[in-house]
Amino acid sequence: MKSGCPGADNIIVVRDLHYARGQAMVFDGLDLEIRRGGVTAIMGPSGTGKTTLLRLITGQEIPDRGSILFDGDEVTRMSRRQLFRMRRRVGMLFQNGALLTDLNVYDNVAFPLREHTRLPERLIRHIVLTKLHAVGLRGAWRLMPAQLSGGMARRVALARAIVMDPDIIYYDEPFVGLDPISMGVVVRLIRRMNDALGLTSVVVTHDVDEVSTIADCSFLLADGRVAATGTPEQLRDHHSETVTQFMQGMADGPVPFHYPAPDYGEQLLAPERD
Amino acid sequence: MTAPRVPGWRRLLLEAGYSLRDFFGTFGAGQLFLLRILASLPYALARPRLVIQQVYVAGVQSLVVIMLAGLFVGMVLALQGHNTLSRFGAEDTIGMVAALGLVRELGPVVTALLFAGRAGTALSSEIGLMKATDQLAGMEMMAVDPIKRVVAPRFLGGVIAVPILTLIFNAMGIFGAWLEAVIVLGVDEGAFWSQMQAQVDLQDDVLSGIVKSVFFGVAASLLAVFEGYNCVPTAEGVGRATTRAVVHTSLTVLVLNFMLTAWLLGGN
Amino acid sequence: MQQTRAVELGTGLFVFMGIVALFFLTTRVSSFDEYAGQEGYELQARFDQVGTLKVRAPVSIAGVQIGRVTAIEFDTERLEAVVTMRIASQYDRIPADSDASILTSGILGGQYVGLQPGGAEDYLAAGDEILYTQSAVVLEQLISKYLFNQAGAGE
Repeated sequence: MKSGCPGADNIIVVRDLHYARGQAMVFDGLDLEIRRGGVTAIMGPSGTGKTTLLRLITGQEIPDRGSILFDGDEVTRMSRRQLFRMRRRVGMLFQNGALLTDLNVYDNVAFPLREHTRLPERLIRHIVLTKLHAVGLRGAWRLMPAQLSGGMARRVALARAIVMDPDIIYYDEPFVGLDPISMGVVVRLIRRMNDALGLTSVVVTHDVDEVSTIADCSFLLADGRVAATGTPEQLRDHHSETVTQFMQGMADGPVPFHYPAPDYGEQLLAPERD
Repeated sequence: MTAPRVPGWRRLLLEAGYSLRDFFGTFGAGQLFLLRILASLPYALARPRLVIQQVYVAGVQSLVVIMLAGLFVGMVLALQGHNTLSRFGAEDTIGMVAALGLVRELGPVVTALLFAGRAGTALSSEIGLMKATDQLAGMEMMAVDPIKRVVAPRFLGGVIAVPILTLIFNAMGIFGAWLEAVIVLGVDEGAFWSQMQAQVDLQDDVLSGIVKSVFFGVAASLLAVFEGYNCVPTAEGVGRATTRAVVHTSLTVLVLNFMLTAWLLGGN
Repeated sequence: MQQTRAVELGTGLFVFMGIVALFFLTTRVSSFDEYAGQEGYELQARFDQVGTLKVRAPVSIAGVQIGRVTAIEFDTERLEAVVTMRIASQYDRIPADSDASILTSGILGGQYVGLQPGGAEDYLAAGDEILYTQSAVVLEQLISKYLFNQAGAGE
């Protein structure tokens, strides 16, 4: 339990994943396991395909090569029907919440229940209020998404993500654009939900400090592969330059500060721009 | 960028080829999209509340525009008709001329064009924005098919609203023609109505106009939801999709109108 | 809930307006075709010339419409036009020796079949043929006839 990193019981196993978007290589033989029951952070600089990895794991996109197992089932070969069956066991929190703008908070949280179950309205009400209470927004049930702040919208989306009692929740950049208070609330909620409901949580982020306080295990992506694995402490003490640059937020390093350019002096002295 | 560099007329030919390929590609994609919507209709029909909501959005919001347009189209028909017909002393037939023009052609066509501009753009941009804000992907992730939950009810709402709007446009247009001809220009009221009734046939004129409007409703709603659903999910992409929806719908309606007219007249 | 009621009310009013418009179009604007169904009985009449008579043209007696033309064919043996018309069933007492003529309503109006009642005791029944007919007047023929007559009178 101490390390929290992949052990015997992994809910997700990614093997030799290759994926290219147009000419740009996104993943080049990625291997990764996510342990059941823990909070796993997937970190990396912008543009390393963290969100793409989530889309691949949830079957929203199909990789060029490689295998993705969800609880032993191959995601890359699932039919639409099988995908939908898998996704009922999955909750996902999008960057901006992705609440349905024409429904109020209550109806948004009730949405999956109404679509997938035939529960009586009394019971739905009970479940929805419980989940809203868990994220501290029971009093906001009447509001429309447009009336919510970014942090509140994300908490409502979290309530919606857990309303079907999923096995696993994916968080796509849950800390972006939040004020410190909301950030603290969301960070703590992720950990609390995970432990109280016995979930597995996968947090995709580039906010090292926030996620370090709650993650059992972190993966650092770079150049289409996993550059480092370990607990937040292990990553901090890592020797590789790539890892230290990212963990300590250094401006220059393996990820260069300068976009590739010809020699500075030559370009300045050149007669015409070409 | 896509076309290799070749000079002169050959490049022109190549580009024509590319746009032709794009056209048929889009055309085919639209047909497949329609099939997917049709397959989702049982879901939508099992949730009448969703459809009613969309009939409301598509119909009630376009109502004022349609009524005003109908009124003025009817009035101008009467004015033009009077100007021409009075040369032959046939002002009495104004009612008939206006009514035939409205129920056979102008009613269905103008209603469809206005619908495309008012409700169609709203549909495209709404669905486009839902895509841009991950709402559609969010539904996918909740194991809900957005075609069923979002697209099919909106499509159906449009298909129901357009023929009703056409009927209202026609009625308003004839009211406008009556206003202009009888009240303003002093055409005999009895002649106005009796000539109209004698020459306008329920089946050949009124019903064939409604048949047209059903086709237009399908075309306009399909193009609106198609462009919205397939837009590039950015602010610019949504804007482009909306514009494209209006342009494509307008052209489709006009071409379709010619084909339907030929078909309906040929049937007699 | 309040909002849902408003939507339902609005939609209801909208559809209702559509129905009112349809009612207006069927009753005020167009002539409702009560002769379209299968009710009624068919009669036939032969003409040398039907002019511009069309299928669905009215059939009337004393100015009252009692039916519609359902078919116009050409008999290749007798070289005549055969006009079939459907008469509403309540007008079942048309004397057998009535005659049919093709007339024009107004100067610009369409052509229709007018029946002139005869004096016979028995009535026309389904499938009967009207024996006495008067062909359509063709304007060109009328004019040329008039011109020839003028020429003849002038000599």
